[in-house]
Amino acid sequence: MRPAVTMVETAEGPEEPAKGPVWARPAVLATGLVVALAALVLMAMASVALGARSVPFATVIDAFLAPDGSNDHTVIRELRVPRTLLGLGVGATLGLAGALMQSLTRNPLADPGLLGINEGAALGVTLALGVFGLSDPAVYVWFAFGGAALASVMVYSLASAGRSGSSPVRLTLAGVALGMVATAIASAILRMDSQTFDRMRFWLTGSLAGQTADTLVRLAPFMVAGLVLGLLLARPLNTLALGDDAGKALGVAVGRTRALTGVAVTLLCGAATAAAGPLWFVGLIVPHAVRALVGPDQRWVLPYSAVAAPVLLLGADVVGRLIARPGEVQVGIVWAVIGAPIFIVLARRKRVAAL
Amino acid sequence: MNVRLGPYSVRLAPRALLAGVALLLAGCLVAVAAISTGEFTVPVPDIITALFGQGTPVAELIVSKLRAPRVVTGLLVGAAFGMSGAIFQSLTRNPLGSPDFIGFTAGASTGGIIAVVAGGSAMTIAGGALAGCVITAALVYALAFRGGVQGYRLVLVGIGANALLLAVNSYLLTRANINDAATAGAWLTGSLSGRGWDHAIPVAIALAVLVPVCLYVARPMRMIEMGDDAAKAMGIRVEPVRAVAIAAGVLLSGVATAAAGPVIFVALAAPQLARRLTRSPGVTIGASALMGAVLLTGADLAAQRLLAPTQLPVGVLTAAIGGTYLALLLRKDRH
Amino acid sequence: MPDARLSGTGLTLAYDQRVVATDLSVAIPDESFTVIIGPNACGKSTLLRALARMLKPKTGVVHLDGSVITSLPSKEVARRLGLLPQSSIVPDGITVADLVARGRYPHQRLMRQWSRADEAAVAEAMRATDVAELADRIVDELSGGQRQRVWLAMALAQETPILLLDEPTTFLDISHQIEVLDLCADLHEAGRTMVAVLHDLNQACRYATHLIVMRAGTIVAEGDPAEIVTPELVREVFDLRCEIIPDPQSGTPLIVPEARRRVSTASA
Repeated sequence: MRPAVTMVETAEGPEEPAKGPVWARPAVLATGLVVALAALVLMAMASVALGARSVPFATVIDAFLAPDGSNDHTVIRELRVPRTLLGLGVGATLGLAGALMQSLTRNPLADPGLLGINEGAALGVTLALGVFGLSDPAVYVWFAFGGAALASVMVYSLASAGRSGSSPVRLTLAGVALGMVATAIASAILRMDSQTFDRMRFWLTGSLAGQTADTLVRLAPFMVAGLVLGLLLARPLNTLALGDDAGKALGVAVGRTRALTGVAVTLLCGAATAAAGPLWFVGLIVPHAVRALVGPDQRWVLPYSAVAAPVLLLGADVVGRLIARPGEVQVGIVWAVIGAPIFIVLARRKRVAAL
Repeated sequence: MNVRLGPYSVRLAPRALLAGVALLLAGCLVAVAAISTGEFTVPVPDIITALFGQGTPVAELIVSKLRAPRVVTGLLVGAAFGMSGAIFQSLTRNPLGSPDFIGFTAGASTGGIIAVVAGGSAMTIAGGALAGCVITAALVYALAFRGGVQGYRLVLVGIGANALLLAVNSYLLTRANINDAATAGAWLTGSLSGRGWDHAIPVAIALAVLVPVCLYVARPMRMIEMGDDAAKAMGIRVEPVRAVAIAAGVLLSGVATAAAGPVIFVALAAPQLARRLTRSPGVTIGASALMGAVLLTGADLAAQRLLAPTQLPVGVLTAAIGGTYLALLLRKDRH
Repeated sequence: MPDARLSGTGLTLAYDQRVVATDLSVAIPDESFTVIIGPNACGKSTLLRALARMLKPKTGVVHLDGSVITSLPSKEVARRLGLLPQSSIVPDGITVADLVARGRYPHQRLMRQWSRADEAAVAEAMRATDVAELADRIVDELSGGQRQRVWLAMALAQETPILLLDEPTTFLDISHQIEVLDLCADLHEAGRTMVAVLHDLNQACRYATHLIVMRAGTIVAEGDPAEIVTPELVREVFDLRCEIIPDPQSGTPLIVPEARRRVSTASA
């Protein structure tokens, strides 16, 4: 069952612009982006239609056109639609966040989950919910931002410790260490409070389930702000890719670009984590695949990542719903199982700078 | 400071010697405190008599059956984690290169959880943990091998394995029935409570075998820290040394996890804290072992007494150690 | 042909699948200061690494004292042949004296970690490289030139009759380059066989008693620099038109690149 769904994804997803050196042809790239958007719409429809509970397709349509309050219609309208929209938002934010981070740190292995930023945000949310008892998403998301920002600063300082400076491996290791510490503290807090623990157990491994439409509404403004800010940074990041000095020489305000990228990443990761828990690898693998297709131009990498990531995230979520019926596997687990082997392949193949 | 005896000679740094003695004393102090204090106080002189079977029956029960084996298990497990951490930090040339982050501890957890779900006894769980650790390490080593295992590739492949296994672990936990999930959850935080001599003895045997191996590879490993070429030029067969060191480090952390559950962050913090204390260049295995023993028993003591009568799992305390340690690393960078 | 304790025959050298050199044969004359030179990526460092058993040749063998080098115990080789690699990692917080002492590893055993011979060798190595007064300093805090001298001291403490150096002057400014090369010349005079990979042709000509010139994985010329370095050779190897004059200081060949355009004062 799973391979079938995965195949559908790849067939619909990032395949279209695979002919020739296409990054010189904006028209092709723009068409590709439209096709990717179409794939996203298809995937969203699949996510609404497929799930642990089998609902005939006609009933799915009826749920929108003529809702009659039946069980099936309630499941569709009140569970699957919010969940799908959440997946769209979380996927787009994490895909873009990963692309931004890889560009800013010039580190091919940067990922919001791997570098501990999502875990920092999760610790913030845990504090807000478990210690301060704040349950309004629009309030606790600020704790997520605080955690994400703090984690970004810490992981960067940890990685540039010592004389040898920051390298992809040092950065990754620092992120994993920081993430494990944040997770351990979060679980310790949760263990003290069994009620919160029950509510947050699934969230803590990354899940799209169990969030209401209200949560989505409260978090959406932050996601949109992060997406807009992130997409606007494409041009200065293109120039910074040549190195800080070259960027400065070409007239980029290096400090401001870095700070703004940091703000965008914080917004994106904080909001995504507040919504779906700390997810790994979404922000790592999607930008990689996108760069392989469209080349290094951030003006295309960033939007493509933001569109392709939710296609894959929703796909993984659907897979998770189907493979363990009547239960389901959290999307965080599905992503880790798919993502970890890809990460290992990247780590083995890429000539990543040594420690 | 050099000690020579005929053709034999050893080099000793006074500062390291002093630090070692201080750590030993600290370990003894913590051990005595842990055995003596608690709900039922056993005065220090009574501990000795109780250990030799001359005390009151109550004191004997508490000392010999309950507290002493727990303390001894803590000391041995801590030492094993400390040494394992020292080995991996040396191999990866990174103060964060701990077995906790590169999949080995997660693999041990997977093995342990599977054993819990399969309805195993305490000994089966220990066996499952050891097997999980060794199998993970073998896979990571094989995947990282490309005409040799560079430290950085070991780290990256290990990080991938870690992510995968953490996901598998949470999947297993959510699929397990409530009782198994609770048992596994308690085991996963790492705990020394209820550890008897049958936990301590396997660790002691493993240490008796592995400590000499570690001391033997310690010198060539110090040379490998300067780079593979530099070490080869000194006549070191780098890959065999590295393979033996990895095997020893994996077995140490596997045996320790089998006895106490995946107590994370001891292997991370002990080697560098020991280094600060001894002011030695690079991590040293002996001092790391002592520091690990002190850290773990100290954390266990605190976990028992801080919120008494509520008993915290020691893993919660070591998580705090991990956080403090990262903060310490950050502070160091300032200058 | 002079005696050669260290030689390679029929070497094919490759990293993974990328072949750098095929069928290379070379002999390092005893008690020479041999310099290997050539343009970037010509295989000169690869050849040195093969001679130092850092890289296993795909085909061919390296001989040391008549034995195949890989058949000798590794520590035994390390007592006869030392290598200063291009880049080594300074362990955190190590002092100069400790780092130099690590060069004694091949002479030590688990139960004989620090003999009087070790102590004497380390003292002598630090004296020769003029780092004795830095003994208690932390290596990280030294300048690039000082640090290179410390690494050299470590290789000297190894007390090997043959010493191989992989680009020992890279990343050093000109005065430190000369300092390191002068030190190598002193060591050569004291009876050691020195083999170095260098970048600068003029420095190579000045210091080498035996020059090996490589291009694209093959040895184009070898011998006394005064005899083999000609404008034709430089043009063939480096693709550079030049004039060769005697070095005013040492009388060795000095390469002066041809000016592409006349300097303006000449035409005025």
